Amino acid sequence: MSEVGDLEADVRGLVAREPRLQRDKPEVVGQMQRLCRAAARALPALGVGVTLISEAGPQVTVAASGEPIERIEELQFSLGEGPCFEAYRTRRPVLIPDLAAVAPTRWPGYAMAAHDHGVCAVFALPLQVGAARLGVMDIYRDEAGNLATQALRRALTFAEVATATMLDGQFSPESMDNLLHGAVDNRYEVYQAQGMIMVQLGVPLADAMVRIRAYAYAHNKRLNEVAADIVADKLVLEPDAP
Amino acid sequence: MTMLSVERLAEVLVEVADTLVDEFDLIEFLHMVTGHTSEVANADAAGILLADHHGRLQLMAATDGRTTMLELFQLQAHEGPCQDCFRQGHPVIEADLTTADQWPSFAPHAVAAGFRAVHAFPMRLRDEVIGALNLFGKTAVRMTGADIRVVQALADVATIGLLQERAIRQGEVLTEQLQNALNSRMVIERAKGVLAQIHSVSPAEAFELMRAYSRRHRLRLGEVAQAVTEDPARHPELTTPDPR
Repeated sequence: MSEVGDLEADVRGLVAREPRLQRDKPEVVGQMQRLCRAAARALPALGVGVTLISEAGPQVTVAASGEPIERIEELQFSLGEGPCFEAYRTRRPVLIPDLAAVAPTRWPGYAMAAHDHGVCAVFALPLQVGAARLGVMDIYRDEAGNLATQALRRALTFAEVATATMLDGQFSPESMDNLLHGAVDNRYEVYQAQGMIMVQLGVPLADAMVRIRAYAYAHNKRLNEVAADIVADKLVLEPDAP
Repeated sequence: MTMLSVERLAEVLVEVADTLVDEFDLIEFLHMVTGHTSEVANADAAGILLADHHGRLQLMAATDGRTTMLELFQLQAHEGPCQDCFRQGHPVIEADLTTADQWPSFAPHAVAAGFRAVHAFPMRLRDEVIGALNLFGKTAVRMTGADIRVVQALADVATIGLLQERAIRQGEVLTEQLQNALNSRMVIERAKGVLAQIHSVSPAEAFELMRAYSRRHRLRLGEVAQAVTEDPARHPELTTPDPR
């Protein structure tokens, strides 16, 4: 009991002592932002992000340790590939101490994009309770190398505390709504854009998403940016030439 | 009640703990605990009662399913060692029912059924008492301090398992709720996009259109949103341009 209990108490203490910032959101999201920063400090890491993933597909990045990390976190979802999906699917941590050494076929787009953002190592930890999956905690480093045993234990404990924090008090529809609406990046514009493109091009939903992603990739833009432009009527996608 | 060998006791504890890791079946688990406790304590019958959300003790599992036995367990919802144990949070040991006068209703019934000794152990974790483990013996034999500690340890292991399983189940329910909320949101945002494009309005205005339509036709917003993205023909008034 003592060692496991100590580690959790330790991590909770670190999160409680993490200073609040002006830009922190209220309630659970704010707690998660502090948790990400505390984790980045303690492990240490370039950054830490927490994203909720749903089996049907939608994702919400609840919090990240900093704005640049939010962008790095978004990469996996823009490109539709990356260690977080694998961690979510397999329900196991996916530890990549050296992104550059990863076979090019594994995540062809992601490895390069992450490297461009200075990421050399990624550790994706699934957030789960029993059989149910919430999402993933991603830990980024700017140097290749394994997480030392103690750091890995801490990281797993941070993931557990993150899960507990998000589930704690999520009993009312309002607090759940707060978590989703208040999240750092809830991608609602991506889904709006998806609906618009579906009508603009007369294609099914899935195809609309593929088209938006393809445009983002081809023009080296973030998915969120492209979506925002579509929603603001600044961008119209052309139907494929016959 | 005489105790088993240390080795057998250790085996029993491991088996109970093991069960918690596997596919968990609540009733099966509780039956197993009553069986083991009965064996360890050399009792003639054992049962587990858990409190429902009204705080009433309900029989969950027993080693003896005969009617007389069931009645003896049921009686304790109102009076008896389990009731006392549940309220006070510590073991209640009665070595000889024939001389006991604290249970004027329960004791005579138990004696009539052939029992001389009745004990109850709290199913408890820190401040929370969730029920009681009940033992019956046909002979009036004392329980030593060591005996009591051993049976309480079994009750404690069972309690931890139950509360852990409960916490996991609660977590699963909440996770499912969160997932549903995520999905609902996605569906609504998509529908906003669809309607914004069709009517050349902002997503926010599109949302108001959808809400007004749902209210007018007494439909659930989520259902309308789903239909808008999957089967727009179902709501032509909403999905054809220039509605009035």
